[in-house]
Amino acid sequence: MKDFIIPVRERDMGTPARSGAPVTLTIDGVPVTVPEGTSVMRAAAEAGIQVPKLCATDSVEAFGSCRLCVVEIEGRRGTPASCTTPVAEGMEVRTGSDRVRKIRRGVMELYISDHPLDCLTCAANGDCELQDMAGMVGLRDVRYAAPEGAGLANHFEARNTSGAANPEWLPKDDSNPYFTYDPSKCIVCSRCVRACEEVQGTFALTIEGRGFDSRVSAGGAGDDFLTSDCVSCGACVQACPTATLQEKSVIELGTPDRSVVTTCAYCGVGCSFKAEMNGDELVRMVPYKHGKANRGHSCVKGRFAYGYAHHQDRILKPMIRERIDQPWREVEWDEALSFAAARLRGIQARHGRKSVGVITSSRCTNEETYLVQKLARAVFGNNNTDTCARVCHSPTGYGLGQTFGTSAGTQDFDSVEQTDVVIVIGANPTDGHPVFASRLKKRLRAGAKLIVIDPRRIDLVKSPHVQAAHHLPLRPGTNVAVVSAMAHVIVTEGLMDEAFIRTRCDWDEFQHYAEFISDPRHSPEATEMLTGVPAASLREAARLFATGGNGAIYYGLGVTEHSQGSTTVMGIANLAMLTGNIGRPGVGVNPLRGQNNVQGACDMGSFPHELPGYRHVKGAEVRAVYEQLWGVEIDPEPGLRIPNMLDAAVDGTFKGLYCQGEDILQSDPDTKHVAAGLAAMDCVIVHDLFLNETANYAHVFLPGSTFLEKDGTFTNAERRINRVRRVIPPRNGYADWEITQMLAKAMGADWGYTHPAQIMEEIALTTPSFAGVDYALLEEKGSVQWPVNDAAPEGTPLMHVDGFVRGKGRFIVTEYVATDERSGPRFPLLLTTGRILSQYNVGAQTRRTDNVIWHAEDVLEIHPHDAELRGVADGDWVRLVSRSGETSLRAKITDRVSPGVVYTTFHHPDTQANVITTDYSDWATNCPEYKVTAVQVSLSNGPSEWQEDYAAQAAQARRILPAAE
Amino acid sequence: MSPEKMVRMANQIAIFFKTQPGDDAAEKIAQHLSDFWEPRMRDQLHAHIDAGGAGLDPLVIAADARIRAATAEG
Ligand code: SF4
Ligand code: SF4
Ligand code: SF4
Ligand code: FES
Repeated sequence: MKDFIIPVRERDMGTPARSGAPVTLTIDGVPVTVPEGTSVMRAAAEAGIQVPKLCATDSVEAFGSCRLCVVEIEGRRGTPASCTTPVAEGMEVRTGSDRVRKIRRGVMELYISDHPLDCLTCAANGDCELQDMAGMVGLRDVRYAAPEGAGLANHFEARNTSGAANPEWLPKDDSNPYFTYDPSKCIVCSRCVRACEEVQGTFALTIEGRGFDSRVSAGGAGDDFLTSDCVSCGACVQACPTATLQEKSVIELGTPDRSVVTTCAYCGVGCSFKAEMNGDELVRMVPYKHGKANRGHSCVKGRFAYGYAHHQDRILKPMIRERIDQPWREVEWDEALSFAAARLRGIQARHGRKSVGVITSSRCTNEETYLVQKLARAVFGNNNTDTCARVCHSPTGYGLGQTFGTSAGTQDFDSVEQTDVVIVIGANPTDGHPVFASRLKKRLRAGAKLIVIDPRRIDLVKSPHVQAAHHLPLRPGTNVAVVSAMAHVIVTEGLMDEAFIRTRCDWDEFQHYAEFISDPRHSPEATEMLTGVPAASLREAARLFATGGNGAIYYGLGVTEHSQGSTTVMGIANLAMLTGNIGRPGVGVNPLRGQNNVQGACDMGSFPHELPGYRHVKGAEVRAVYEQLWGVEIDPEPGLRIPNMLDAAVDGTFKGLYCQGEDILQSDPDTKHVAAGLAAMDCVIVHDLFLNETANYAHVFLPGSTFLEKDGTFTNAERRINRVRRVIPPRNGYADWEITQMLAKAMGADWGYTHPAQIMEEIALTTPSFAGVDYALLEEKGSVQWPVNDAAPEGTPLMHVDGFVRGKGRFIVTEYVATDERSGPRFPLLLTTGRILSQYNVGAQTRRTDNVIWHAEDVLEIHPHDAELRGVADGDWVRLVSRSGETSLRAKITDRVSPGVVYTTFHHPDTQANVITTDYSDWATNCPEYKVTAVQVSLSNGPSEWQEDYAAQAAQARRILPAAE
Repeated sequence: MSPEKMVRMANQIAIFFKTQPGDDAAEKIAQHLSDFWEPRMRDQLHAHIDAGGAGLDPLVIAADARIRAATAEG
């Protein structure tokens, strides 16, 4: 299939699009019709006429400072700037008279007089708008020069000819690992400042000084880019028309000459990028303007942190070993695959068909995941397939399935632009889903209200120009009580949308529910002691949500990773139904998925009880579809989930595992139990980029490929199926789908896929919600949101528009049940976990990029009061102990966490936060209870014994024998 | 899996369905166990109940009886 290659430079329309009533005008005699509010500049661009410009770009609002874009308008005096002048009916615009040409040349002359003329050696040569505009306006000479004897009147020469320093000159700021700021090339157009404000919402940049002294400045006096609030999203670099803000990779490798559109492989936002190439070298990743999830924005991970593909730790040859205490031996693919196949078949012969299983990856493509679960079902002959979504969003599947009839998130990301009140619960979008956070903040700055429900004061609670109306800092583990208390207020104060409930929901179930939730024991006053949330602010928040217009709920793992995770999801669905906030833009229930393809991994039948498309294996008709196609019999009983696999391994009935792209030893709770399970197996096959922690217990290592090296699709949190396109050839030799296929063949299967498009054909053929998906459609539309079928041939941006998938929405009684994990005298604090912007999940990729500059280690956040009680000072090593285990890390004292609560991230294997977490889990899905662990904290003087033993074992297990000659 | 862990997981399921309206909690628990627990886990539950069922919610025991009856039929 042909790559989707587009020119590197896309058209810049000058100012953002508008939506309004049509207005018709003529530009240079050409009639054009555009929405009201559109600028004359954009209207001209629509008519195919480019007006010269410098300070305008279509990602930010016009500013009107450079005056290069002047035009003449019939009946108006002077020469208005076309970027700031809105169109009017019947307007007649001339963009090219002698008068405006002269003005433009004068403007350019002034700019160029204060700009170095080193174009040929400049990193932006050929990719510079100043250069383009000088050419476009026909600038031929520059008459300004510094007056004799006076100081240098420019910003670009460090010294004058006699060697005296130029006080106006500033050195380059190289502090950011990915881009540079070279003030000598700045034209002070403020595009960067506006991008940081409007697109990213961080407000890290300002223009300091006035007139000739104006400068772009990151942070306050004495700050550079690294020490400022800058989060390295790259929006300013993108907006800069010159080489002032420039990617270091472009400085090093040269400007790109072609680009391939693909999808970020980090988080569930699923941003579209142009991978820009110079020959066959990847020069930079630039967010794609037509990407429907990100609309041209990105975060530091997708934009810059792709260097792990070339990291020296990457394993490129298959390896095997008899026992895990031996060093690895590099072998050819054939040998590794036949070794693995023989072991798995041997285990099955000795211990039965169900003694082996697979773990699919939320990082791999849909096609790859589909093949891995097919391997279990069709080749192993069992349903032992699970995915790491088990440990994050399985309660979403269960909870929304029960209430609405499908686990799907209800909206697209564009929906946030029409929301009025947003609840963010158990999610930290500025760190976990940065591009969504930027879009949300934009809407909040435009007036929408925000309610944050989280034990920790996340950044969204208060950041520049954004302040939450309410922050409900609940005690970890009391989500159900808080959500129920909100529902209690809405029902008892009569704020529900009765018309919606009567027409759209099951009225009998609602009656039960209303009676249940009205009980005074659910009132905010009754639960205040338990949840720690002041009753008055909870009441106000509930009223605001019920009466404030379009209400949308966004939630994350702080909801699901609890023993009552599924119940909280149902509670959230209840809230949305109560207030009629389902089935139109601006509302809905929106799970924020963690990894890039969590949604896809679930859709593709990774779960042990479900075939692709969320159909239970007990259904004979569904099994028949696959039985006919694959020519095998499918087990009607559910298989083992990840925690069950490990339990069964310890019990001796589960002996072999093929684990693709997951590091369960680091990411799953209760590390010691995971290690014991892995150690009890006879064949662990790890298929990954690096020797991850799980690989310490593996017998076969199959080197994987990165998202840059293969074709396929990812499905993001809004159910959007995005193409992943091969940018460079796989360094390990094969795309991951090929490797799974080779393993299947080594075990006797007769698979013959030659391109992922054929796998998608099989998915479409067997899965009703994917019936209309094929690569040709994706090529044409860019992306589609499932369901895609005869009823919705172009996909489904909004779910449940005319009725719920299950028919009537179902209210479910949500009784709060305290988790067994309680603080007590031995473990008086509650630990909750999360992540930060620059790192991703277990960190295997981001730790192998320059992103470590922002997060070199995991730290423990602790409230000053709790710290003082324990004699802990900021930066001290502390011991963190739970009933599962202990670890050591450094303390960070902050009042972001409430007294009694401590918080850490889990990005680094040496910290092993999961040594601490327990094996408690969600009642319905076994999703582990990461978010609540009772712990004690005390001073320590370094790594714990476990950490040292672990490091020694890991070093031992990672030895590789030099290749035999 | 350790018996304590199994008992806790089974009881957690029972606690949820107990709070739901209607008098068919045992049936719903049985359904949930059949849908989500791999046969090995259900066997362990049967064995634990045969050995006295220590610690289990009575509804789990009732549910287990239904699972066995259904298996015998099917
Ligand atoms: S990289 Fe992003 S956050 Fe940093 S200054 Fe530029 S726009 Fe602002
Ligand atoms: S750094 Fe670039 S975008 Fe910012 S003001 Fe200077 S030239 Fe304009
Ligand atoms: S990590 Fe997420 S938000 Fe950042 S670029 Fe990738 S998909 Fe977008
Ligand atoms: S582009 Fe319009 S004033 Fe600069």
